[in-house]
Formats: sequence, structure tokens, C-alpha cells
Amino acid sequence: MSLFVLRRFLTLLATLAVASVIIFLVLDALPGNAAQMLMGADASPDAVRALAVKLGLDQPLAYRYLHWITGAAVGDLGNSYAYGTPVAALIGERLWLSIPLALLSMAITVVLALAAGIYTAANHNRLGDVGVMSLTQVGIALPNFWFAILLILLFSVKLHWLSAGGFAGWDDGIWPGLRSLLLPAISLAVVQAAILARVTRSAVLEVLREDFVRTARAKGLSRRAVLWQHVLRNAMIPVMTVMGLQFANLLAGTVVIENVFYLPGLGRLIFQSIANRDLIVVRNCVMLLAAMVISVNFVVDVLYAVIDPRIKVHHL
Amino acid sequence: MVNVANQNILLDVQNLGIRLNTSRGPAQAVREVSFSLRRGETLGLVGESGCGKSITALALMGLLPDSAVVGGSIKLAERELVGLPDADYCDIRGNRISMIFQEPMTALNPMHTIGRQIAEPLRRHKGFSAAAARKEAIALLDRVGLPDAARRVDAYPHQFSGGQRQRVTIAIALACQPDLLIADEPTTALDVTIQGQILDLIADLVAERGMAMILISHDLGVIAENVQKMMVMYGGTVVESGITDAVFWRMGHPYTQGLFRARPRLGAKKGTRLKTIAGTVPELADLPTGCPFADRCPLVEGRCRAAFPAMVRVGDDHLVRCVRTDVSMMNLPEVLGA
Amino acid sequence: MSTPDTAISMPAVVQRPATGFWRRALRHRSFVAGGALVLLVLFAALLSLVWTPWSAYDIDIAAKLKPPSSSHWLGTDVFGRDIVSLLLVGARATIAVGIIAVGIGLSFGVCLGLLAAARKGWTEELIMRMSDFTFAFPAVLSAIMLAAAVGPGMVTSITAIGIFQIPTFVRVTRASANAVWSREFVLAARASGKGAFRITTEHVLPNILSVLVVQATIGFALAILAEAALSYLGLGTQPPQPSWGRMLNEAQTLLFQAPSLAVYPGVAIATAVLGLNLLGDGLRDLLDPRLARER
Repeated sequence: MSLFVLRRFLTLLATLAVASVIIFLVLDALPGNAAQMLMGADASPDAVRALAVKLGLDQPLAYRYLHWITGAAVGDLGNSYAYGTPVAALIGERLWLSIPLALLSMAITVVLALAAGIYTAANHNRLGDVGVMSLTQVGIALPNFWFAILLILLFSVKLHWLSAGGFAGWDDGIWPGLRSLLLPAISLAVVQAAILARVTRSAVLEVLREDFVRTARAKGLSRRAVLWQHVLRNAMIPVMTVMGLQFANLLAGTVVIENVFYLPGLGRLIFQSIANRDLIVVRNCVMLLAAMVISVNFVVDVLYAVIDPRIKVHHL
Repeated sequence: MVNVANQNILLDVQNLGIRLNTSRGPAQAVREVSFSLRRGETLGLVGESGCGKSITALALMGLLPDSAVVGGSIKLAERELVGLPDADYCDIRGNRISMIFQEPMTALNPMHTIGRQIAEPLRRHKGFSAAAARKEAIALLDRVGLPDAARRVDAYPHQFSGGQRQRVTIAIALACQPDLLIADEPTTALDVTIQGQILDLIADLVAERGMAMILISHDLGVIAENVQKMMVMYGGTVVESGITDAVFWRMGHPYTQGLFRARPRLGAKKGTRLKTIAGTVPELADLPTGCPFADRCPLVEGRCRAAFPAMVRVGDDHLVRCVRTDVSMMNLPEVLGA
Repeated sequence: MSTPDTAISMPAVVQRPATGFWRRALRHRSFVAGGALVLLVLFAALLSLVWTPWSAYDIDIAAKLKPPSSSHWLGTDVFGRDIVSLLLVGARATIAVGIIAVGIGLSFGVCLGLLAAARKGWTEELIMRMSDFTFAFPAVLSAIMLAAAVGPGMVTSITAIGIFQIPTFVRVTRASANAVWSREFVLAARASGKGAFRITTEHVLPNILSVLVVQATIGFALAILAEAALSYLGLGTQPPQPSWGRMLNEAQTLLFQAPSLAVYPGVAIATAVLGLNLLGDGLRDLLDPRLARER
């Protein structure tokens, strides 16, 4: 078990390293001179050179990369080109919104998807199954940002229940903050849940056809008991795989959804930085998002081993 | 005398009929199956795949698909099981009637330890505590011949061989000391060397606990050695039934004779061709109205196809569903000599 | 052309759309429904090439935010452009981006997947690790990077979406190609001395075509969703080129004045995606019954 985790962990580190190199190359090598971009085409060459030296952009590429990585290891991500403030602080502030948003929508996704998936599988081919599955088919086809706009139209424009955007912050306690994250989280979750519900349903149906389900029934367990005690754990393997992949989509989705609701999260920061030509902030934000995606997939791999006793043996 | 016999009857199946929804439309998968079984008695079901053996067994367990329509009567110790709600059936399954399945490799849940899987019926039916169930599971594993039971009770199915897994499924089936054990091709998926051991184990346990057993097999040899009574099934119905020795002594149905001729034998002369029954098993969805075996039978004549034949009595408790027993039983010397 | 081994193995094996494909297809509910929706979008795109009720580019501020009328069936936007015309032209952008992005994913993905299945060993390992890695970069993330580096635009969004499609095609191709490689007729072909390249083109590719068709349909739907999101964020199609995603972006600032503007483009996107998904499900059932399962 521990050897398996160790191997996966080494893969994780290697993946992160490759990701950081690619992100660095695309954002710092491709555009040529970041200082020129910051100051615009009309700036005098002397001023551009002076800014480049000030920002450390005159150093060789490899040196700048290592400087970034060693700094990141101790939490120093450099200073924003545009504001001159530490990037780590800028990002850290935004994470107070983006991480609760991602977690809240993932939680909603999982609850909705498992409930719908298990319900439909248990009622295979009955009316409820067909109805819920048609709903998920529509759900998958909805762009999440459009669904968000529809939610705003309904709950803010028509009903005036919730505000159309903005973030109340956590200073007044947890409820005002959660309230402003509710619509964004739902609009992210519903579309993802539609996909995950379909995966859950077919995974459960697949397991229901297995021989050991018949064995369990032959022991005198009721359908319900078999479903909960024997089927679900076996069906969780494909469901978890998709959940891991969905988390990546969810993080990308927060970037979009934060823009719909004008939420000051990581996604908004990225867009402001692109507008400001603040490449150092963009680079660190993208790296952070990629690192989260990669880490989540690592956690999913480790969870496999916790759930499925066979994996420990196969991979050693 | 009839009354005394009746009191001992454990399982009484009368005129069992099963309709299934198949991909090719509704099919009469089983029809006119009747038999009874006393405590301690063993019955063999033999026939090619698709003849209705396993479906009959699943009907006894109440595990047919929801869409199946069951007719006739199944009585376990005078209690009618046809139409019993699933909740009540759950109290019987694994408790009074247990079943061993064909595929030990897939019959166990890969995510749970074998100890937990054996303990499950004990906790469900007998109200054992976790600790008591575990202790009993170890005892059962020991009894079915799994070495080092106390340690391996916490192992997972993938850590066992096929033969060992089948011992585990036997332990599960025996946990609650059922009155009736149904073994559906319990050795078909196993190595030849293991098959004998598992059959001996089942035979010992049946004798030791006084259970009744229904053994399903496509192998006449297995049936001949392991059961007191036998039924030959074809096309969803019983074509011949009787005391095992009597059936082998004077097989009355051309199908039984065909099966017997088609058995592979050790020491057969090199180059001898294995005799097979011409044709294939009919689809259950389009069975003929007359004798289901008519299309493959060497003795077929017009009246075979006209109507479903009735059971004909050819000896003590020996019944044959054939209108041409007069001719078929004349062929016997040739069949047995073959 | 008919070498002995192909003569023996091919007829039974290649999953050609069997005779009567259309007869079966026209009875398949999700295939028909999906096909109809996709044809509708396709028709809109083609129609926009030759005719739109109004120009989709001419700005007429005096006619801004008009409600639906006989001249403007769905009204006008904040620049006085006719909504129907914008939707028709937007369909064109949507389909163009979808086709090119899926084309990128399909061509790279299938080549790499076939290579992984044919070569095995470290080649396969490398390709699979690379595709796992690429998968960690959702289209929005790559598009952000590219937009920051080279500026936003249609090329940026198509590249980002195309790259994100590659790993899915690699996985699907490799998995089904591996299944074909383990079949007896491939063994026979190898025994008759055929090289990996010929086996791949003659045996493997024809046998996985149906799987690829299904995946391309679903990939198309995903590409449309991604394009809409990127255009909505301003990273995709740039003004004045109309696109459904941009229309939603512009509509959002006017939610309180003209809520209906935010509805039409979304319905258009959902129609296209729903159609493609249904079509994909239908094709899956029709082309390869083994894949049908319970969906």
C-alpha cells in the first residue's frame, strides 16, 4: 500500500515539474519581452530596458525558471508587475472565495449525482428512470454559464431572492458569504451532476449484473441491502474516476462562473491580469489551477487503493 | 403408506411453469415440471445448457427476474413459495434453501473479506453478533477444508484459487444449516483434479447434515455418482425421471440415450469419433408445439409433433415423456454397448 | 488485393454499417431526434452563407433593443442588430470551431492512439502519460495561457479546444485498437508476415471507425460548449464576428432591461449540444451494439 502511494507520489512530482516548465515556457518565453508588453509599443527602448532589469527579465530563461520554482517552494512568488505587491498575497486573498466555491459545488454535484444515479439504477427502465435520465440529457447540453444567467434571471431579476452577483465576504460570518456563493455553486454543480449521475447509473447497473450480486441475494439479503452493502462500493471505482476528472472541469468552470457573478476569485484575478499584461500573476494562477487538478487526480488514485483491496496487490 | 411419505416431503413442486421475457419475445422457459424431495434425499438435474435447469433452480430460490411469470406450485415443508413477497422469501433464502453457483471466480464480492461474506447470512438469519459470526465463519472454513482458516478469514477473494473460492461459497451456503442445498454446476468451472474433491466435500456435508440436495450438471458421470434420483431436462421440461440407477439401467427417452452416447470416455480407441446428437437445442422463444426433441430425434414420427407428449411410466417411479418408448427401449443394448 | 488471410478474416470481422442501417436508424428515437436538431443547426449555418433577414454586422443604434416584431422576429440587440441574423451567423462560427477542433483532436489523437497500440512498451507508456498530462489542462486553462501569451481570438480558442480533445481520442483509440490487436485475425495477419503499419491500416482502423465516429460526435458537442464559454469570456471569437457565446456576454450586462436576449443564444447552444449528444448515443447503439450498454 505505502509503496503504491509512494510511486504515485513520485509521478505526481514529475507531472508537476513538467507542467511548470510548459507553463513557464508558454507564458515567459513565447511573448518575447514582457516589459515591452507592459509599457506598450510606443515606450522608449531605454525605459523598456530599465523596466526589464527592474523586473529581473534580463536574466537567462533557466535562471528565471529556477528562481520561480525555488521561490514558490518557500511561498515567494515574486511581485506583480502591475501592482508591485507580492503575488502570493494577491492569490491567497482570492482563494478564500475560489476554494469554498469549488468545494461547495463539488459537494452539491456529488449529492445530486449519487442520489439520481442510484435512484435511476434501482428503478431501471421504469418511469422515474426515464424521466430523470431525460433531464440529465438536457442538463449535459446546458452551458454552465448560461444556466447561471438563467438562475440570475429567475432568482434575482424576477424573484429578488438573491443578489445577481458580488461577494459578501466572510467578515459578517459564514451565512452571507455562503449565500452569495449559492447560485454560482448550483450553476456549476447541476451540469456536472447530470454527467456524473449518468456515470453512476451505468456503473451501478453494471455491478448489478455481476454474479456476486446473485450470491448476496441467495444469502437472503433484500434488494436494498444488496444495493447498499455490495453494489455501491464496487460501482464507486468508475464514479470516482469521473469525479476526479470533473474536479478539473469544475476549477476551469469557476473561472467562467466567477465572471458571470462578478466574484472576486482566482478566475477574475486571471482576467484582470491578462488585461493588465501582468504575466507573472497569470503564470502563478495557471500553475496553481494545474497543480490542483493534478493533485486531485493523485488523491483519486490513492482512494482507489483504499476502496479496492485488489489494487494493492496488482501494483506492487 | 402414502401419508407417512407425505409427512417427510420437504419440497413439493407441481406443474411448475415459467414464462420469461427474452430479447426474442416472451418464451415458455419451463413447463410441466413436477417432482418432490424428502429430507436427506438427493436429486440430479441433467441436460444441455439452455434446457431450463438453472431457471428451475432460480425459481426455487425466488430469484427469477421481475418480468418472469411463474405458474404451478412450489411448496417447502407445506408452505407455498410461488407468489411469496420478496421480503418473506428473503427469510427463506440462505436460511432454509441455499445455493452454490457455477462460477466461483465471480460469485464472491471482490471488495469484502471472505469472513464478512460468510458471516452475512449468519447475522441476517440467526442474529449472530459480529464476533460470534466470525468465529462460526472460521469453523465453517475449517469444515470445508480451507487450510489455515483462522488467518485467512480476513483475506479477500482475489487471494484464493478457484477451488478455494468454491469452498468459500459452499461455506456461505451451509452457514445457516439449510434444509435444501441447490448446487448449480458447482464444479464446471474448476480444474478436473479439483472437481472430485469438491463433489466429495458436498456429498459428505449433505450426508453429515441430513440436507436434501438438488445437483445440476450437464455431466452424466457426475449425476450417476452423486445423486439418488435424477431428472433429464430438455426444452424446458422433464423428459425422463426416476431413481438414478433405474434410469441408467433402462433409459427410455431417445434424448437420454443420445446424452449417454455422447459422453466422452477415457480409453476410447484412437480415432473413434465422439458421437453427438444431431442439431442444436431449440430457442426457448420458438419451441415446437409437440415434443421439444422432435427435430433432433432419430425416432420421430407424425404424432410426436402433433401434441406435447405425456409422461409414460416405464418402471417403479421411472417416467419418460415419449410416445415411442416401445421402440426406444428396444434400442437399449445398442446404446449401452456403444 | 485479396490475400488469403484477408479473404478469410475480413468478412466476419469488419463492423460495416450493416445493410438496412438507415432502416434501423430511422426507428431509433434518439438518433432521429438528435439528427433533426443537428440538421437544424447545420441548415442555419448554411443558410447564413446565402441569406440572413438583416445584416449581422450593420449597427443601427436607433433600432436598439427592439422587441420582437414582423421585421425583427426576435427583436434587436443593444447595437440594433437583428437577433435572428446574429443567431444564424453564430451557428456558422460554432460549427466551424467544432469541426476544426475535433479535426485537431481526431487526427493527432488517433495517430498517437494507433501508435501506442501498435508499438507497446515505452512508446505506449510515454504517449499515455502525455495524454494524462494534457488532460489536466481543461480548454479554458490552455486558452487563458494562450490568450495571455499571444492574445485572444478564434485561433487561440480553436487551438486550446483542439489540444484538450487529443487525450480523449488517444484513450478511446488505444483501448479499442488494443482490443482489435488481440483478435485472432490480427494474429493470422502477423503470421502471414504483415508489418504493424499494414495491420493498422487494413485491420485495426476499419474496425475502430464506428467507435471514432461516436467519439467525434460527442467531442463536437464538448467543443461547442467550450467555444461558447471562451467566447463568453472574450477569449474566443472576437467582435464584430457574431457568436453565441459573445451574444450571451453582451446580453448579461442588460439582464434587467432585456432579459430575453440572454435566452435565445443559450437555447441555440443547448440545441446544438443536445442534438449532437443524442446523435452520438444513437450512433453508439446503431454502429456497435457491444458498446450500447445501459445508457
